[in-house]
Amino acid sequence: MSGTFVGMPAFPEAAREAVADPTLRGNLRHATHTIRAKRAAAVAEMSDWVELREAGRRIKDHTLRRLDRYLVQLEEAVTAAGGTVHWAADADEANRIVTRLVKETGESEVVKVKSMATQEIGLNEALEAEGIRAYETDLAELIVQLGRDRPSHILVPAIHRNRGEIRDIFRAEMGEWGRPAPEGLTDTPAELAEAARLHLREKFLRAKVGISGANFMVAETGTLVVVESEGNGRMCLTLPETLISVVGIEKIVPTWRDLEVFLQTLPRSSTAERMNPYTSTWTGTRDGDAGEGDGPRTFHLVLLDNGRTDTLADEVGRQALRCIRCSACLNVCPVYERAGGHAYGSVYPGPIGAILSPQLRGTGSEIDASLPYASSLCGACYEVCPVAIDIPEVLVHLRERVVEGGLVTREGNKVVLKPARGHAAERAAMRAARWAFSRPGALRAGQRLASRTRALHPRTLPGPGRAWSAARDLPAVPAEPFRDWWQRTNGGTTEEGTAK
Amino acid sequence: MSSRELILGRVRRALADVPPDDTPYEDAAPRGYLREHGARGAEETVALLAEHLADYRAIVHRCGESELPSLLARLLAEREAATVLVPTGLDETWLAESDVTRVADRAESDAHELDAVDSVVTACAVAVAETGTIVLDAGPDQGRRRITLVPDHHICVVRAPDQVVSSVPLALERLDPGRPLTWISGPSATSDIELDRVEGVHGPRTLEVILVG
Repeated sequence: MSGTFVGMPAFPEAAREAVADPTLRGNLRHATHTIRAKRAAAVAEMSDWVELREAGRRIKDHTLRRLDRYLVQLEEAVTAAGGTVHWAADADEANRIVTRLVKETGESEVVKVKSMATQEIGLNEALEAEGIRAYETDLAELIVQLGRDRPSHILVPAIHRNRGEIRDIFRAEMGEWGRPAPEGLTDTPAELAEAARLHLREKFLRAKVGISGANFMVAETGTLVVVESEGNGRMCLTLPETLISVVGIEKIVPTWRDLEVFLQTLPRSSTAERMNPYTSTWTGTRDGDAGEGDGPRTFHLVLLDNGRTDTLADEVGRQALRCIRCSACLNVCPVYERAGGHAYGSVYPGPIGAILSPQLRGTGSEIDASLPYASSLCGACYEVCPVAIDIPEVLVHLRERVVEGGLVTREGNKVVLKPARGHAAERAAMRAARWAFSRPGALRAGQRLASRTRALHPRTLPGPGRAWSAARDLPAVPAEPFRDWWQRTNGGTTEEGTAK
Repeated sequence: MSSRELILGRVRRALADVPPDDTPYEDAAPRGYLREHGARGAEETVALLAEHLADYRAIVHRCGESELPSLLARLLAEREAATVLVPTGLDETWLAESDVTRVADRAESDAHELDAVDSVVTACAVAVAETGTIVLDAGPDQGRRRITLVPDHHICVVRAPDQVVSSVPLALERLDPGRPLTWISGPSATSDIELDRVEGVHGPRTLEVILVG
């Protein structure tokens, strides 16, 4: 994934700073609470939401189970419609392909539609290294790019910035990248949007190469779909001569008809709108008299693996590939609301990021091994997910993998993962519990001892346990063990007494 | 080995645990959801379209067939448009009463030329009442995708009730995936500042929809 996240500390450490920042907490609280109520209202309009959600889940599962067939079908359809399909096993290969394709056009700048896949592979940095400047055109991406910042939300990468901060970034930085911010720019959202319009206009009009991702790819027809709001997507998809789309292999749906499910669930889940302002669909390139001059003459589709097949190999974890990147799970998550997106150390933050990043990248790094723990397992993410990804289930599964190790797939190969070192104390505690629970005599003696020494118990744990008890109360040990009480009172029938 | 073979091989190995399942695609997903939400007559559907278009700040007009040329003339005059882009297949009578310079939708036009044009008038392929959406399919009376994108003012004429459907599923049935489609729900907007919707970014900032019939 993107180089900007290399060397991230574990989640608790990364989150500490965010949690102590009152401006950031305020920005996140305001934004997530605004969207929560709106999403609920948009979903409530649909009496068949449950059925749509189930259909979305089943369509995605069906597709993933036959992903090889649908990929080949898609390739044939795109090629037949005049496009060229490339396959990229990892981020480096995708970046090399895109860089080569841009260089072949002779251009040294490109305009980009917001795309998670190109962020994931660090495309902008790779292009920059080859002397190609990539202009982000989505408003939030622009804010992140101008602020030399990192994205913190799937849909609204600058969600951690409030209007005042955005105005300051525009004033200070727009001049470096092109047209400066208008004199006397205020922090009203309408003026900020206008400033972005003016700043990007010239770049759209002269652009020769556009780079996009896609929300959906239809295997049967070879059609790609981009869902957006501002019109920057339409600009990048229709004005340049060359269009390069980098899309994860899991974005396929089998048929045109399947869009009827996702075009109903995605907008309501993400921006809480009945429909987003603009959706573009295109199939290869246009030709013939009527089509001449309508859209790019050259279309390249780069199909990206980059850890997706490894994720597919995990029987529990593969459901994460159903994700349609709506970000409803972020907006509803109590942990995300407080910690913000940066602490997740990935372009995919929030609950979905906590199960996607460690699967796409493996759990080798500190941050990736800690992500499955970045959750209270409250389940709100699962409730709102429009494709019913059971995020808590996958989180628990990944925790087990981190602690116990075991067989996983990395870059297509089966490897045995060693148990993570950081969890030695937890494993020791679990081993001790197993020993005690399988020896009733020892358990009884231990429980009685614990009850009698109640007054001496510490409020926090020493040593490696300190981290656990720093934010939690230790459970109080009862005066009498349950089994003793049960025996003494014959299961509570003879006496409602308490122990002496 | 090519990356294509590599990736396809990885997919097949990843699915080794999945038992063979020959459920045909048609039976793979339950389609228990509705084709449309609520029972409405044709006129109610058109009214719902008007309401939902207006919800997202499109300006909606209704008129009879014979009033269309004068309405278009009035809207363009109110906008003080000097030039208007016209798709090649647009009904000639529509702009008969408008006193503006017409700019043809040509393959050779570049984006800067289009940027200098004040307004664009098009028809549409279909409109969706439940979502307040108009869909363009680059047909002869709608033109190339860019002509409804670069000018700041778009007037779209919808034939009601013929072109109006209730729902997204019914709209998809009517559309040809082989054509480039643009689904438009209100003028350009963004939710990128504090997750609150603001109208007016890169696409036309004023969208007027005329429901004719």
